[in-house]
Amino acid sequence: MARVVVDVMLKPEILDPQGQAVQRALPRLGFDGISDVRQGKRFELEVDGPVDEAALARIHDLAESFLANTVIEDFTIRVEEVAEAVK
Amino acid sequence: MTARIGVVTFPGSLDDRDTQRAIRVAGAEPVALWHKDKDLKQVDAVVLCGGFSYGDYLRAGAIARFSPVMEPLLEQAKAGLPVLGICNGFQILTEAHLLPGTMLRNDHLHFICRDQKLRVENAETAWTTDYSAGQEIHIPLKNNDGQYVADAYTLDKLEAEGRVAFRYLDFNPNGSQRDIAGVTNEAGNVVGLMPHPEHAVEPLIGTGRTDGLPFFTSILKKLVNA
Repeated sequence: MARVVVDVMLKPEILDPQGQAVQRALPRLGFDGISDVRQGKRFELEVDGPVDEAALARIHDLAESFLANTVIEDFTIRVEEVAEAVK
Repeated sequence: MTARIGVVTFPGSLDDRDTQRAIRVAGAEPVALWHKDKDLKQVDAVVLCGGFSYGDYLRAGAIARFSPVMEPLLEQAKAGLPVLGICNGFQILTEAHLLPGTMLRNDHLHFICRDQKLRVENAETAWTTDYSAGQEIHIPLKNNDGQYVADAYTLDKLEAEGRVAFRYLDFNPNGSQRDIAGVTNEAGNVVGLMPHPEHAVEPLIGTGRTDGLPFFTSILKKLVNA
């Protein structure tokens, strides 16, 4: 069994008011030297069966049509071995 | 004869009853539609109302867009069925790509509820013929994710084609690009906006005016005269 991780981020040109709010709070908390914060979403999909090309193609379709709104967001897909994540 | 106008209720819809009432006040017959319905009960038009369908999880409107009722709605809207999306309904229509652009969280990150001044920019859509172009109206606005965004090419195209249907006046309440409060599709049958005309159809409530009523009388006239 494998885990597929889909990261969804606002496109660089889209204003991220939530990320900005986090960034503005940093100096108050004593964190200096962070010039920008962008906030995104991470989806962890537990896949039954092999993560082959066909499975990844379906996940790509899912990410493109549902998990991300490509009008404002980009996404990346990567496979993570579950055994690795557990150790 | 009168027109039958469907109002879809999703889990988390809030304004379905107000919308049905506004349709009745205008003289048409409201028809309740459920998100699991697989047909539209032969209505003449549909309103997607405000609220927080499916808790606004993932993105506002993103899950509602895949409801069973959306399948016939998408098909018929593309064939000319008049559809109005108010607030969450507007978000659902952008997620379904019936309307361009999308909505982000308000730039100030707060929920906002106020009487909002708008200018009607396009009085030729199926839902706006009882206004005149340039008319200024006051209707309530209440939302969390109301910041309209699209890429510059899309915005220029919308402006050039007269598809910016409504613009915020005096005060931009959510950071929407070019003060856009609502847009229409190319054919003018699908219209979406963030503010709530259904809350301003009687003098007693809303902004104390009936500035939202022409949405519903416009569509009634269009359907009855058709």
